[in-house]
Amino acid sequence: MAEYQNIFTTVQVRSPAYAGVPTAPSVWSRQGKSFFSYWLGKIGDTQVGPIYLGATGVASLIFGFIAIEIIGLNMWASVDWNPIQFIRQLPWLALEPPPPAYGLHLPPLNQGGWWLMAGFFLTVSILLWWVRMYRRARVLGLGTHTAWAFAAAIWLYLVLGFIRPVLMGSWGEAVPFGIFPHLDWTAAFSIRYGNLFYNPFHMLSIAFLYGATLLFAMHAGTVLSVSRFGGDREIEQITDRGTASERAALFWRWTMGFNATMESIHRWAWWFAVLCPLTGGIGILLTGTVVDNWYLWAMKHGVAPHYPNVFPAVPDPAALTGVVK
Amino acid sequence: MSARNLRFVAAALCAAALVAGCEKGPMDSIQRGYRGLGMVEIFNPNIEAAKWDANQPPPALPAAAPGSPPASAVFKNLQVLNDLSVAELTRLMVAMTNWVAPQQGCAYCHEGANLASDALYTKVVARRMLQMTRTINADNQAHVATTGVTCYTCHRGQNVPSQIWFLDPGPKTADGPAGNRAGQNWPAPAIGLTSLPFDPFTPFLEQDNEIRVISTTALPSGDHKSVKQTEWTYALMMHISQALNVNCTYCHNTRSFAEWDASTPQRAVAWHAIRTVRQINADYLVPLKPVYPANRLGPTGDPPKANCATCHQGAFKPLFGAPMLKDYPELGRVAAPVPAANSAANPAAPGAVASVMVARVLFETGRKNLGTDANAEIARVVEALKRNTAMTVDVSGFADRTGNPEQNLQLAKERAFAVRDALQGAGIGGNRINLKKPEFVIGGAEADARRVDIVAAK
Repeated sequence: MAEYQNIFTTVQVRSPAYAGVPTAPSVWSRQGKSFFSYWLGKIGDTQVGPIYLGATGVASLIFGFIAIEIIGLNMWASVDWNPIQFIRQLPWLALEPPPPAYGLHLPPLNQGGWWLMAGFFLTVSILLWWVRMYRRARVLGLGTHTAWAFAAAIWLYLVLGFIRPVLMGSWGEAVPFGIFPHLDWTAAFSIRYGNLFYNPFHMLSIAFLYGATLLFAMHAGTVLSVSRFGGDREIEQITDRGTASERAALFWRWTMGFNATMESIHRWAWWFAVLCPLTGGIGILLTGTVVDNWYLWAMKHGVAPHYPNVFPAVPDPAALTGVVK
Repeated sequence: MSARNLRFVAAALCAAALVAGCEKGPMDSIQRGYRGLGMVEIFNPNIEAAKWDANQPPPALPAAAPGSPPASAVFKNLQVLNDLSVAELTRLMVAMTNWVAPQQGCAYCHEGANLASDALYTKVVARRMLQMTRTINADNQAHVATTGVTCYTCHRGQNVPSQIWFLDPGPKTADGPAGNRAGQNWPAPAIGLTSLPFDPFTPFLEQDNEIRVISTTALPSGDHKSVKQTEWTYALMMHISQALNVNCTYCHNTRSFAEWDASTPQRAVAWHAIRTVRQINADYLVPLKPVYPANRLGPTGDPPKANCATCHQGAFKPLFGAPMLKDYPELGRVAAPVPAANSAANPAAPGAVASVMVARVLFETGRKNLGTDANAEIARVVEALKRNTAMTVDVSGFADRTGNPEQNLQLAKERAFAVRDALQGAGIGGNRINLKKPEFVIGGAEADARRVDIVAAK
């Protein structure tokens, strides 16, 4: 017998193409004719389109395209327009922020000016996309949970690239646009400020990051395991608790004595996910502005223990010899 | 082949491609610090074994026969090695030829039969390098200890050491107002293929720019060192890690890179290393620029310079700590004059009292009795002491990290006693032997740590 599963579906359920609920008339309407994709049907809905971009969506794509062009062309120029080296070195390439000496002044284009422009266009693009998300949710009569979750990520992005550099008085404090370079920046940032692992907001952010993945795994596992009883129809189960919901609840009550409800588990997951960048952003914002060395701060306040020194005492040779550098 | 088999083969190929860059294990690790802090050295025994063989010094030449006349009475234009006898000088020249120019022989530096001629630039460079080697051995023991360095430490049988550096302008970028790499974002091997600044040598090993970037106060107190500046320091640290094939934790406790209290003794050695390399570059290598022909200069016309890899070449100690200097004490015999400013500022600085190693006596793990090699070494020292009746020696005992630290401290002391007793037994007066407790008694697990050093005191 054919079996219906939630991913890698062996049986595809196809209904006639559905254009979506009627919406209030606006400048742009839904674009494109919908079609069916066998392969996308393997992992989700077979129907593709129509899509709605709207004014903010189109503007966001244009601004985003400009930002990616500035970043990409700078990377390509940094390998002297060599297409092979551009592909080979791509993970290493970057568009760097201005040298710290420029402070918050406008630097020449090739000294971080391009970085400022790319940052501006990317930020406008992201904010426009946020507006579009918010509006689409409203037009469909939904709550705006997705838009606010996205806003939490935008908060972290703005702290890293705009708010903290402004507070520190230097664009040079911001993150480069690049794959490895932004990772090396992260490590250097942690080193400069005395080890970010001792930053309590970094701790919280990590707890929410791992917590969110744990909750996601627990919830997804629960729902998949009761889908044979109709548990994948979660919304119905929220208002009309059926055997799937009862069994899922029972499972967790047996294993850990407590269970979330079909509704509350989504609030748990949403808040864990959203608090990850919210607390992370606070941690970054405090670094260098309020706390300059997290290790020393944590030692001062008893956040982490002292460990015994097993090595013979190593005095600072600079202090011994009077050599400063 | 069925579709199923084909899929299996494809999956196997993908898996093989994924691990193609991996080393064959198993890896080995040594815990060095307090438990739970990740103070662990990780290494691959297969690779280390091959490296061990590739990093063995050549056998020492037989000692020069005594009773030979002073070289300065026989040879002309002898500016550096004029304190040697003819036999000692000849032996050292043979050794240097083996170390630096085994193919070309004497003619690599000397112009035909005229040994006094300075016509070849190689001779001028070699003379300066001899002065450099003596300075390193005599004045930089905080870094090279009494193990010392010889020409072979860097040259390894090649005219030019394999690991030198030139000013690196980086790969060419486009002309015009775009594509500035800001000195980084190119996978240079010297910095471990990271996207960090690829030339940390010019600012830190040629110039003496500030390396420390971590704030020394919990709260902001006007320290404006930037994240970008940190990346430069980070790049230098990556180079050290690459050059010595060690982790960050070889020197640092990574919970706080800055704290000296939590660091290993190696960090202080590395601190002195950076100063030693700066001195080598500033006083010896860079000033040789006008001497070199064009083909010895770098792409921007700068002279070859040294960094950590020049000597270390992938080993935590060059040649895994083989004490070559003990076979060629001429290379450490004369202390370079200590600059007055330095010695006045700090009379206790390690360089202020120049001393030259005489011998190193090795022991078995946990033992304090003298073996055949140890007795031979002591006999050599006895002979030297009898030749030079004005000389006194410092005797310092060491132990490795195996076992109980307190017992090891005691063991190190007893080893020093054993060597003292052997010296006295051979007729050396007790007033010429000083027992001296070293700064770091306990070393690593290597054989070198189980030793007694006998150092000539002045």
